[in-house]
Amino acid sequence: MNAVARTADDDILVVRGVDKVYPGGFQALKHIDLEIRRGEIFALLGPNGAGKTTLISIICGIVNLGAGSITVDGHDVVRDWRATRSLIGLVPQELKTDAFETVWNTVRFSRGLFGKAPDDAYIERLLKDLSLWDKRDNKMLMLSGGMKRRVMIAKALSHEPQLLFLDEPTAGVDVELRRDMWAMVRRLRESGVTIVLTTHYIEEAEEMAHRVGVINKGELVLVEEKAALMHKLGRKQLRLQLHDALDAVPAALASHHLELAAGGNELVYNYDTQGERTGITGLLADLAAAGIRFRDLSTRQDTLEQIFLQLVKEGA
Amino acid sequence: MNWYGIRAIYRFEMARTGRTLMQSVASPVVSTSLYFVVFGSAIGSRITSVEGVSYAAFIIPGLVMLSLLMQSVSNASFGIYFPKFVGTIYEVHSAPLSFLEIVLGYVGAAATKAIMVGLIILATARIFVDYSIAHPLVMVAFLLLTTVTFSLLGFIIGIWADNFEKLQVVPLMVITPLTFLGGSFYSIHMLPPFWQKVTLFNPVVYLISGFRWSFYNLADVGVGISLAATLGFLALCLVVVWWIFRTGYRLKV
Ligand SMILES: Nc1ncnc2c1ncn2[C@@H]1O[C@H](COP(=O)(O)OP(=O)(O)OP(=O)(O)O)[C@@H](O)[C@H]1O
Ligand SMILES: [Mg+2]
Repeated sequence: MNAVARTADDDILVVRGVDKVYPGGFQALKHIDLEIRRGEIFALLGPNGAGKTTLISIICGIVNLGAGSITVDGHDVVRDWRATRSLIGLVPQELKTDAFETVWNTVRFSRGLFGKAPDDAYIERLLKDLSLWDKRDNKMLMLSGGMKRRVMIAKALSHEPQLLFLDEPTAGVDVELRRDMWAMVRRLRESGVTIVLTTHYIEEAEEMAHRVGVINKGELVLVEEKAALMHKLGRKQLRLQLHDALDAVPAALASHHLELAAGGNELVYNYDTQGERTGITGLLADLAAAGIRFRDLSTRQDTLEQIFLQLVKEGA
Repeated sequence: MNWYGIRAIYRFEMARTGRTLMQSVASPVVSTSLYFVVFGSAIGSRITSVEGVSYAAFIIPGLVMLSLLMQSVSNASFGIYFPKFVGTIYEVHSAPLSFLEIVLGYVGAAATKAIMVGLIILATARIFVDYSIAHPLVMVAFLLLTTVTFSLLGFIIGIWADNFEKLQVVPLMVITPLTFLGGSFYSIHMLPPFWQKVTLFNPVVYLISGFRWSFYNLADVGVGISLAATLGFLALCLVVVWWIFRTGYRLKV
């Protein structure tokens, strides 16, 4: 997916200097600054206890804001909560439902709660989109975990929100439902809904998001276009173990920007796998022409996982 | 005002009642009938009349009050406690609903159900005794005031409770004894003088006395005092609810 074009005040969500200290003194969020652009899919990545759910809960009005300010579509979440909450849909991390209610009533209830006039045709479409139509008269306690999660999504979408939070949507979800879910997320975004999702899994962020934010111990340690992260991911290193040690990189090879390592025993070449051409063929030809022989070679690549772990470690 | 939101909560709570129709309707009918058999027939055959009213008729307002109080408190406290307990309260907090709207939804539904039960009891009593209501408007006023007041009290208990034991303890240890000792089954004039004075500290005495006056023109304390006491108690509950709203007590972290 392509990144969303950036124009001036086009952020649907602006988080400024948000702190949260829970009763008992634990500081769950430390000065979070974040903007979410209208129409993008943003992945918030972080280990257990990083503060992902806390941040979302504050934006949605479930947890009180400590310090700082948050606006949704220009409305302040504390002063103008009615406007902001009407714009937001939330699929919480944990499945909390009324066991004895039917699917239909549960979803209808949510729409009413958010102050929208009943629209049974819309809810019918929603349930059909989520493959829940057959289950509409079932009580929640009769549904499997994956179906319950779909109902949670239907509830979150029941009032036609502009900004959707999915807090770990794929926890405990099988491959098929995961695929359905991503298809649905893409459809939603095509219809103009902005989506913020949290996950522990990098592949998920990679597959879905335009931008990725990494949060650790209450601090937002990185926010980047996914393409830029992929660029880092795309960087590879070629290391050549030389037959005979060199004192310096020969002038004939200067155009390849090589580095010497391991006391002159290794030549290191950095290249971009995403680029049109890696330049490896040319390099090897020039090496042969210069009479430089090597015993062995290896390549190395930082995975997003490694980048992430490194970031999290640096934050520790 | 988010009227759709209030209506959603109200309907949801009423549907919960509907699912437990047997318990909601049958149990007050059965227990009222039992009271009549035990108190009306067995004891009533010895007491015959209290201040000119047959004993069986005398206990009707008290019986209705007893159920109103218990039903209001338990419906409202359970109504708000249960979503806290199962975690579905998150949705109410994330919705564009003010605290007042949340209270209207939950308390409105609890009060509606309690009044329905009160009316069922009145109808059941009619099978056993032929009674009349001297001041129907006053009777309705007491019915509404009491139900709303005790539904608010139940709401407060439901917010305060963080386990099932706390949810039960107030109805069981405070409201039931006060109701039984509040003159449901006797006139406080039947008590020794000392206990007549002590009893006046029981707020339920005023509710039952006023309610009974609306039926039979018969009161332990003046009806004006009863009304004032009821309004005072309502005001107290409203202040506590307002305080919960101001301070966010046990609502969100
Ligand atoms: N109600 C609370 N009271 C006190 N501390 C809390 C409360 N809720 C969360 N915390 C703490 O705040 C920190 C952040 O929690 P949070 O749920 O936001 O993490 P998370 O990033 O969503 O983690 P996970 O990936 O496990 O869902 C944790 O250390 C947690 O223990
Ligand atoms: Mg979480």
